[in-house]
Amino acid sequence: MNSPDTAETVSVKTGDNDSHDHSAEGHGNGHGHGPAHLQHHFTDSEQQADSAKLGMWVFLVTEILLFGGLFCFYAIYRAWNPEMFYNAHKVLNVQLGAFNTVVLITSSLTMALAIRSVQMNKNTQALINMGITIALAGVFLVVKYFEYEHKFHEGQLPGRWYSYEGLQGTNPHIFFSIYFAATGLHAIHIILGMSFIAWVMVRTAKQEFSSIYYTPVEMAGLYWHLVDLIWIYLFPLLYLIG
Amino acid sequence: MSIYTEPIRQTPAPTARPTVRVKPVMPEHHYLNSPKGIMSWIYTVDHKRIGLMYFFAIMMFFTIGGIFALLLRTELLHPERDFMTARTYNQFFTLHGAIMVFLFIIPSIPAALGNFVLPLMIGAKDVAFPKLNLASWYVYVVGSLFAVFSIVTGGVETGWTFYTPYSTTTNGSVISMTLGVFILGFSSIFTGINFIVTVHKLRAPGMTFFKMPLMVWALYATAIIQVLATPVLGITMVLLILERALGIGIFDPAMGGDPVLYQHFFWFYSHPAVYIMILPGMGIISELISAMSHKKIFGYTPIAYSSLGIALISFLVWGHHMFTSGQSELSATIFSFLTFLVGIPSGIKVFNWMATLYKGSISFAAPMLYTLTFMFTFTIGGLTGIFLGALSVDIHLHDTYFVVAHFHYVMMGGTVMAFLGGIHYWWPKIWGRMYDEFWAKIACAFVFVGFNMTFFTQFILGSKGMPRRYYSYLDQYQPLHGFSSIGSYILGLGFVVMAVYLIHSIRNGKIAGKNPWGALTLEWTISSPPPTHNFDETPKLIYGAYDYDRVMTDGENITFKDVTTVSNGDDHNGNGHNGNGSKRAKIEN
Ligand code: HEM
Ligand SMILES: [Cu+2]
Repeated sequence: MNSPDTAETVSVKTGDNDSHDHSAEGHGNGHGHGPAHLQHHFTDSEQQADSAKLGMWVFLVTEILLFGGLFCFYAIYRAWNPEMFYNAHKVLNVQLGAFNTVVLITSSLTMALAIRSVQMNKNTQALINMGITIALAGVFLVVKYFEYEHKFHEGQLPGRWYSYEGLQGTNPHIFFSIYFAATGLHAIHIILGMSFIAWVMVRTAKQEFSSIYYTPVEMAGLYWHLVDLIWIYLFPLLYLIG
Repeated sequence: MSIYTEPIRQTPAPTARPTVRVKPVMPEHHYLNSPKGIMSWIYTVDHKRIGLMYFFAIMMFFTIGGIFALLLRTELLHPERDFMTARTYNQFFTLHGAIMVFLFIIPSIPAALGNFVLPLMIGAKDVAFPKLNLASWYVYVVGSLFAVFSIVTGGVETGWTFYTPYSTTTNGSVISMTLGVFILGFSSIFTGINFIVTVHKLRAPGMTFFKMPLMVWALYATAIIQVLATPVLGITMVLLILERALGIGIFDPAMGGDPVLYQHFFWFYSHPAVYIMILPGMGIISELISAMSHKKIFGYTPIAYSSLGIALISFLVWGHHMFTSGQSELSATIFSFLTFLVGIPSGIKVFNWMATLYKGSISFAAPMLYTLTFMFTFTIGGLTGIFLGALSVDIHLHDTYFVVAHFHYVMMGGTVMAFLGGIHYWWPKIWGRMYDEFWAKIACAFVFVGFNMTFFTQFILGSKGMPRRYYSYLDQYQPLHGFSSIGSYILGLGFVVMAVYLIHSIRNGKIAGKNPWGALTLEWTISSPPPTHNFDETPKLIYGAYDYDRVMTDGENITFKDVTTVSNGDDHNGNGHNGNGSKRAKIEN
């Protein structure tokens, strides 16, 4: 009779492999081993952090594809109605858009600084940085609100709600359909990002993170940079048609 | 005998075949009974329990979708109206299609069976994000509630494709149905993310990518499609809802919008989605064909790569659903050509499976019967797909019963048959008990005969010009329609028989033991049902997933055939070792 162990000499080559090659003891049955943040099905913190990062990146890809659909609609309708797009973009307020762009880029910076602070065990500093990030996100939304408000007032609205008189060209409402769909979806992402950051702030305040374990802060940062990045594309596409 | 196909090992472990077989017993603690209590299921993060919860949910919807199907076939027994109005008929085929696609077949293999077996097959304790996994199930439930809500509040009669402008103007509960589809998309994305990360990061030591079982490759390729295609469906559904609710005009020709754009976006997701459906099925077949014929899989690498190849090509062919929708001739030609390319990786798989069977010691237990059914029906489905991909032919066949037959041959004859094979194969692992082989064969026969009666007929109907989605038809089609309906009753009967013996076996089946099939993938090295945390120790790979040419195991004992030969110096150990390199062996159960 032959149990797997006696045949162990029939070993396998471990070649290219990004899976983790740890000794059996490290894996063990996983209970009671390792630091508190380590979930039972991971071998060690590094594997857990790598998994979280890969998962987040894949998730960001799905977000890009979600907006990618809207960018496609934009490209198609702009190619069909170049003049209408040009005329319609003029009613957008470039100053406010540019201001918001600066606000978001700054918030990305403070978020990156927050991660840096946790890495250096400066949790209070991290809390301040994340607080500023959320505040800037709030500023962005307030500015957006005033922009929306203005357009509602003028009747520069999507589809059949459109009632503005001052635009030349066919079907200008299509521009506003795309404008509201894209910036609206983006605003929802801002709110999601704010909640995500607020959640890691609470955990930071509870001293759950330190230079040893700070993956969730990093994830919130990644997400926030993506939200920022999408705006960096939306701004020139919508406000700066030339 | 002195021909070694394997390098000689340094310490040949002398082995003998176990002479006394211990009667298998149920383990005392396993994932089904520990921890106990309903709360432990509601909050479970165990991939096996979540897989099982998915299984129950999808089987419920399969039953509902199936009942709709039988009602449709009953209406079609006679040319004139039997018991439905045209509107009811339209609602029923829409609900049938939408339920089968979004609530049954897309989650079927990945989220139910895949969830259960993927971590086991790579020697992991769970998927990478267990909580996300549970969330995906709850999201699925919420999405399905929206779909059910839409059924009870007026239904939908647009077809499962929700084409504009009809879907934005007709009355009925289109919004709640499409919102349901949008939400279900998240559940699919969550599963996809989980699988990608699990495959990359949680493989057991020594399990390189090219040592992974082919089922894992297939689930991995599927996950890539889920992640890349589903968000586009999501945004399409959002825009459809906005169009219907607010009239934003982008799909409305009267307002300068373009309804055909909707079709592009829909098929950009939904053609890849048909590979979300079939790829995991192909993964199951790769496992079953090797395990049930105790033969090393032929062409491991091509099968693995062809899964990725299919995933890639699937993104480039959506226009073949729109040959008659007014796309340019140039794009139609390109899409037609690209569609033919899909046949290559699919063909690679089928030929490799055939070659695997050659000189295998084939068992005709139910998993193998479904595998053979798959090979037969999927080949027909795939080949007729090539007919449809040919531009000139499709102009005649588009929107006829030929298309209906084609996609049932691939979705039901392919995916569902593979799913059934997989259920029978892993049943003993899931429950620790065997199903009844005799009744399984009967049910399989009903399913095979019923399926082909129902749908082969429809190829003929379609090529004679019977259009799809009509509740009545010309008298000349009556014999074929009648025959098809009778076939569907036989098919339904097969499923009833199957449900009865499977449910019966959960409590009363013969105890299965660790490895009733003598299979070599890792899930068969642990007890059935598996322990709560899968592996007590990190699994070590001491043989490959398909090394049937040199390893035999019943889960308790392992026999290395070549090593035995070395120690005995002769081939008298009854292994049926025949010296020409194609070794045949069989483990008695
Ligand atoms: C060799 C592989 C395949 C080829 C070449 C192929 C080709 C096609 C073509 C050209 C059509 C459009 C027919 C028309 O509407 O006129 C079609 C329809 C369809 N195919 Fe396939 N197909 C293949 C495999 C599959 C698979 C694996 C599935 C699902 C598991 C599938 C599911 C469908 C469905 C659901 C439709 C009908 C959609 C509708 O209009 O409702 N096909 N196929
Ligand atoms: Cu297709």
